[in-house]
Amino acid sequence: MTHRPSRVTGRAEDDPIVCRCEEVTLSEVVRAIRDGYDTLEELKRHLRVGMGPCQGRTCLPLLAHILSRETGRHLAEVMGEISVRPPLIPIPLDHWRGR
Amino acid sequence: MRRSADVVIIGAGVTGAALAYELARRGIRDVLVLERAFPCSGATGRCGGGIRQQFTTPHNIRLAMESVKRYETLSEELGVDIEFIQGGYLILAETEREREAQRQAVALQNELGLPSRLLTPREAKEVLPLLDETTIVGATYCPTDAHANPFRVVEGYLARARERGVALEKFTPVVNLEVKGGRIVRVRTCRGDVVPGVVVNAAGAWSGEIARMAGVELPNRPIRHEIAITEPVEFFMEVMVISIHNGIYFSQTVEGQIIGGIGDPEEKPGYDVSSSLGFLRRYARELLRYVPALGQLAVLRQWAGLYDVTPDAQPILGPTPGLENLIQANGYSGHGFMIAPKVAELLADYIEKDVVSEELACLSLSRFMGEVKGEAFVVG
Ligand SMILES: Cc1cc2nc3c(=O)[nH]c(=O)nc-3n(C[C@H](O)[C@H](O)[C@H](O)COP(=O)(O)OP(=O)(O)OC[C@H]3O[C@@H](n4cnc5c(N)ncnc54)[C@H](O)[C@@H]3O)c2cc1C
Repeated sequence: MTHRPSRVTGRAEDDPIVCRCEEVTLSEVVRAIRDGYDTLEELKRHLRVGMGPCQGRTCLPLLAHILSRETGRHLAEVMGEISVRPPLIPIPLDHWRGR
Repeated sequence: MRRSADVVIIGAGVTGAALAYELARRGIRDVLVLERAFPCSGATGRCGGGIRQQFTTPHNIRLAMESVKRYETLSEELGVDIEFIQGGYLILAETEREREAQRQAVALQNELGLPSRLLTPREAKEVLPLLDETTIVGATYCPTDAHANPFRVVEGYLARARERGVALEKFTPVVNLEVKGGRIVRVRTCRGDVVPGVVVNAAGAWSGEIARMAGVELPNRPIRHEIAITEPVEFFMEVMVISIHNGIYFSQTVEGQIIGGIGDPEEKPGYDVSSSLGFLRRYARELLRYVPALGQLAVLRQWAGLYDVTPDAQPILGPTPGLENLIQANGYSGHGFMIAPKVAELLADYIEKDVVSEELACLSLSRFMGEVKGEAFVVG
């Protein structure tokens, strides 16, 4: 893994991190929703939220709540839009090659 | 939603987005982009982001060269960092036959002014130090080939287009086209009808469906292509690598992830975009044969998208015989991202000034009436 320096410098109380893998904060998510990225699939692609090694396990439910709150759409409807992409956990290339 | 528009563009992939921007930039602002899902939901958001000029037909080479010129300054032009990395493309050859094809391709490319060249295996290793050079008999390299992030490109195009008055309607599929007297008089969507000036079919792998709504048959076939991305590692390769031996391609994103895929010659036409284990195995095997050092890298995600493939693997651009206001902008056959900037200019010239460039004339739908001679390097 790369060890790039963290972009996050603010205090968590002011702007909590929603996606730890990609270091995306609450205010960034809200701004993106207001800019029109108002489905989970679009948010993912725009902010890279849920695209890190955890595969969105922690952040996607959080995101769904924020999205539901911001857009007034039902949580179940928001969650229903998400697609799952394999593999469900990261697995090394060596394994796939087969030895 | 607007009920009429001078230009109705169907599809908000890179083709539709680039054209909307190019039109708006020239002052044609009554443009409506209709998108079934959301921008980049088609092939564009699933693609490898490769920008290659090393082709085997003069049209593909020229379109790509002109597009690279635009891509080089697109971040500044759009005010969005498109993550453009101009580290060249390394094309691997494993047999003498492939080597011969490369010699001919480079000769043509050089004639057209492209600085591509033939490399020995050892020279290829200098470009990519982690390459196992014993797997190849040679390679070609063009330092001005590149890759970029398709999401950023489309976001940039659409943002700048919308500032100038272009309207984008997402989650608005076109369901029918009403034809009267040789023109499309009404575009039907699930959210109401639009009266168009001209209609642009930029629906990628679904362009055949759109054309059929207007009674036109396209020779395009949707072919699934799978792709995968790994966890990030320290940045070690600026170059994008492809092999004409097996159709593999891979590059490293600015985040450090290795993104790549491999074509499957057995793939049958269809709209299925599911992911397969067979793909991952084949991809891992070929990737690690060329670059064994990547074995410990974990695959984070795999997905698939559709190539929109024509009989000669070149796009279908411009007017539709028999339908005066339907413009085709599809059939990219797996290399639509890289030529989008120039294609948008050519189509905007046609829409704005009725100018049919040599490229448009040669790449129009009517070419499929005679014998067809096509692109040989259909990779990434
Ligand atoms: C795995 C993979 C890797 C690739 N790698 C590369 C690469 O490295 N370099 C490169 O240049 N190219 C690559 N390509 C090809 C490239 O992705 C395409 O050529 C390009 O994105 C085509 O863009 P488009 O806008 O024409 O089509 P698309 O991006 O497919 O856009 C078409 C849009 O039309 C919409 N649509 C469809 N039907 C309707 C309807 N009825 N009403 C309204 N909207 C509709 C779709 O939802 C879609 O958003 C790759 C493709 C795949 C699948």
